[in-house]
Amino acid sequence: MTVTQEPLVLGFETSCDETGIGLVRGHTLLADALATSMEEHERFGGVVPEIASRAHLEAMVPTVRRALADAGVTAGDVDAVAVTSGPGLTGALLVGVAAAKAYALALDVPLYGVNHLAAHVAVDELQHGPLAEPSIALLVSGGHSSLLLVPDLAREVESLGRTLDDAAGEAFDKVARVLGLPFPGGPPIDKAAREGDPSAISFPRGLTGPRDAPYDFSFSGLKTAVARWVEARQRAGEPVPVADVAASFQEAVADVLTAKAVRACRDHGVDHLVLGGGVAANSRLRALAEERCAAAGIGLRVPSPRLCTDNGAMVAALGSRLMAAGVAPSAPDLGADSSLPIETVSR
Amino acid sequence: MLVLALDTATPTLVAGLARWSAADGAQVLAQRCVASGTKHAELLTPAIRDALADAGLSMAGLEAVVVGLGPGPFTGLRVGVVTAAALADALGLPVIGVCSLDAVGSGARTVVTDARRKEVYWATYTADGTRAAGPAVARPADLAAAGPFVGDPAFADRLGAPVEAADVTTAGLLRAAAPQLADPSTAVALVPLYLRRPDATPPAALKAVSQT
Ligand SMILES: [Zn+2]
Repeated sequence: MTVTQEPLVLGFETSCDETGIGLVRGHTLLADALATSMEEHERFGGVVPEIASRAHLEAMVPTVRRALADAGVTAGDVDAVAVTSGPGLTGALLVGVAAAKAYALALDVPLYGVNHLAAHVAVDELQHGPLAEPSIALLVSGGHSSLLLVPDLAREVESLGRTLDDAAGEAFDKVARVLGLPFPGGPPIDKAAREGDPSAISFPRGLTGPRDAPYDFSFSGLKTAVARWVEARQRAGEPVPVADVAASFQEAVADVLTAKAVRACRDHGVDHLVLGGGVAANSRLRALAEERCAAAGIGLRVPSPRLCTDNGAMVAALGSRLMAAGVAPSAPDLGADSSLPIETVSR
Repeated sequence: MLVLALDTATPTLVAGLARWSAADGAQVLAQRCVASGTKHAELLTPAIRDALADAGLSMAGLEAVVVGLGPGPFTGLRVGVVTAAALADALGLPVIGVCSLDAVGSGARTVVTDARRKEVYWATYTADGTRAAGPAVARPADLAAAGPFVGDPAFADRLGAPVEAADVTTAGLLRAAAPQLADPSTAVALVPLYLRRPDATPPAALKAVSQT
């Protein structure tokens, strides 16, 4: 007697600086191999697209091999290939798309070009099982800050709001620079903030006025306010209380993000919230989201920090979900779209 | 030996199939040349599929992959190289990289292709086809190489000399790959011939954020 297994999906993620290769069967994570070129970007204070693209090419085959070895499977066992088709850096995306198309062609399996943002939502199914639908998703990273309504992750995702200027993660990077902390700024600010007083400085909460767009974000004013505050201190020859500035800045970001996410849940009668993206690894954001969701009777799901950041498992997870839902695979002329709209879950 | 040859170093992608042996050289079975511009990623795998269909073959029959390593515009170039590397990995085949300019024209010549920014990628070859200079990148006006020129005729004016139109071909890729096919231990690393460093400079002095 043969046991019918769910399909094995190989996922490719190269939208920014991480070369992520994941293997997923159903909702089970089998491998999550990652190569990063972050160190090469550090001295530039941000991701340099051409450096990232070169690194993706170098890392591609070794990372696929590592994922297969970690999962204890061979390439011939793969039933489908999924790849981030957008949004992201064009040159970086194209390395992953071309590689995924080649593996799909060689292995004679279907190919799914997927949306990076939807994949950030799908990854939670690997830890917490099928997503409640509808859910609200709050995705925050160095590249995106989005509030989504997810009636059907395989077919229908709706954008409720997004950042009008900087992504939340960018604000962390810039504030870290002002405070003399390393790039990327998220982890060092989180660490410094633990010793600080979050109410020491009252930084502005962007777009929270009664007439502002209820689900859009703006972090540019906050970033500038922090810089001005620090510069004023420096001009006056006074020491900068790094921990207090970090804690107060982080509090402002977490406050706005969670308040808007909870409001989106309430306004749409949705009682499930999913967090994703690198900034979702921030300890204060997680704590405040838990507190406010508990108070509002909203079920909160947050993947482990490792799965919040970009990885191949999230792409494989969405591919797995698309297969289960019977969504048609991508056409053979699949390419990359750096500004792929969130409404396009797969293409 | 059945060989798949790929190149995406120029605006015309090449996907070809050939039988190759050390004794008899290459016999091209099928070739798809697609004027794909900046759509190499979209059109390369369909072209491979089409070339296989033209030759009445399947992926399973392949025994080696040859790929042009450029020089060429980076984004398109990587599409070909990563495709070759991935196909070879999935099928357990050797993959051999060659200089794409070696696959353009034949005999004594200087090959010029579009390097954008008003520059050319170039290499010069002796009568027996040996590369004597290059690959390198230069402004046409500064190019001291001898003719005849072959490659991209759009540069004739700036070179002040005629350029005979010629493209990367399957036969040219196989010819360039022959030494490595004959002795796989001589295979070069599968690294694109970028010839230029990434455009990136570390921020010299950080401006105060509040002033930006
Ligand atoms: Zn992301």
